[in-house]
Amino acid sequence: MGKLHVIEAKGTDRLKRGFAKMVKSGVIMDVTNAEQARIAEEAGAVSVMALHRVPADIRKAGGVARMAPIEKIQEIMDAVTIPVMAKVRIGHVAEARILEALGVDMIDESEVLTPSDPYFHIDKREFNVPFVCGNRNLGEAVRRIWEGAAMMRTKGEAGTGNIIEAVRHVRLLRDNIALLQRMTDEQVYGVAEKFAEPYLRLAFEVREISGLPRHVLENEPIYSHYTYRDIVEGLYKILLEIKKLGRLPVVNFAAGGVATPADAALMMEMGMDGVFVGSGIFKSSQPEKMARAIVEAVNHWDEPDVLAEISKEIGEPMRGQDIEELEVRLEERGV
Amino acid sequence: MVKVGVIGLQGDVSEHIEAARKALENLGVAGEVVWLRKPEQLEGISAIIIPGGESTTISRLMVKNGLLEPVRKLGEEGLPIMGTCAGLIMLSKEVIGATPEQRFLGLLDVRVNRNAYGRQVDSFEAPIRLAFSDEPFPGVFIRAPRIVELLNDKVKPIAWLGDRVVGVEQDNVIGLEFHPELTDDTRVHEYFLGRSCNGESALGAGNLRGRIFRSFRFSLHFH
Repeated sequence: MGKLHVIEAKGTDRLKRGFAKMVKSGVIMDVTNAEQARIAEEAGAVSVMALHRVPADIRKAGGVARMAPIEKIQEIMDAVTIPVMAKVRIGHVAEARILEALGVDMIDESEVLTPSDPYFHIDKREFNVPFVCGNRNLGEAVRRIWEGAAMMRTKGEAGTGNIIEAVRHVRLLRDNIALLQRMTDEQVYGVAEKFAEPYLRLAFEVREISGLPRHVLENEPIYSHYTYRDIVEGLYKILLEIKKLGRLPVVNFAAGGVATPADAALMMEMGMDGVFVGSGIFKSSQPEKMARAIVEAVNHWDEPDVLAEISKEIGEPMRGQDIEELEVRLEERGV
Repeated sequence: MVKVGVIGLQGDVSEHIEAARKALENLGVAGEVVWLRKPEQLEGISAIIIPGGESTTISRLMVKNGLLEPVRKLGEEGLPIMGTCAGLIMLSKEVIGATPEQRFLGLLDVRVNRNAYGRQVDSFEAPIRLAFSDEPFPGVFIRAPRIVELLNDKVKPIAWLGDRVVGVEQDNVIGLEFHPELTDDTRVHEYFLGRSCNGESALGAGNLRGRIFRSFRFSLHFH
């Protein structure tokens, strides 16, 4: 055989989802400067999330939370050899284009920042860089995957150090998948139609303003360049794949409330592919030890005697908050 | 029965397990493929795969779990080992761009440059040429390391992207920049496991396993 003419393809689904597969059984840590990034890398983090503030401080600061300052992200990218992720506001295509140009390895379209679009998430298929998005349930997960997200995570309730919402989101997802597997394909199509409803909100609102009945046209684009039927068909195809696999077709991490090695082990026990730790590390009393312990807990989640050993002498975890006491529920952003 | 172990500390372990199972089936070899996390699981092992993932994390956990030295000894004793991407980095003798804490197996006499292709936006797919097949193979390169130098002629190229070497073998060890486990094409796994299980019919399973395990215990004893 002669020499091959090399034709390269970039930004394919296989490359985007493949990148997510490379971080499986790993811990992705929120960091706000080069020093924290190096601590995370040395502790065995598979990737770091570059932020201006950790979620607990975003809560405290209030105001509008935006994409982190570029020089901050650059500082972190220069400090470590592992992949660097960064967050953009829900629907903020321009922030995402900027991070893609900067060379960030994965973008988190995140409810932790203040949303920029009241109707829609970013059409992520238009990008070469892979995206991760949060979800509270199967509907949100399927919509984000259809929009092109290469990886999923629970929303949990970021910045609280409280695992209950992450557990809720895993349970809702798992049981919904189990239910899907007991449905006929016709019933699954009905679910796809239900899951497509949020995409209709803008079109319906426009009609309401104009005094017209709630109705969309057959060939009318209602999200990006997609018609209502395109969306239903797209969601249906993904739902059938999920029904067949018994799980999401992309890597799925836990996020939003992981504060201890035991929390991380709990999430692995519930079938998650890995964990994001936000405030849990650098809001604990001994970040280096906590970071190492959480990395090892993800690795040894099914060995209680090892977990007991790992959980010793790691200092005080972050203080944590009851969900009922919160003024802002981040998880409710972006359906 | 052969026993193939995929180092299961971090990375795309399940993809390799599935690819190896399919490859064994296609080869008509009876065997199991296991998720390998502890040194005890090395008993009776016929071949090892080191998956893609984050090489800093895999290195740290291989040391922590006591796998690095036993796997190195087994490799030196001739146990077949294949590494893809981060696995290639783990196998290499010299690594450019490693962190100070990183440890390697040093079983492949090559120099690799970690993340040499750039960041994720530079990841790419391209057809590559294999030494053992006439048809092109779908090459998937994700933040891949680059083989920059073969340090001696014991190292044989087995895969090329255009003119560049992207996969090598040195006796019992195979290192690849790309991810065959992310495709449906099992030719690379079949090549690796076909060679690994070659002794199977001649020696008989018991002999092969016994030989490898004896050498493992021997090397541990004198370590």
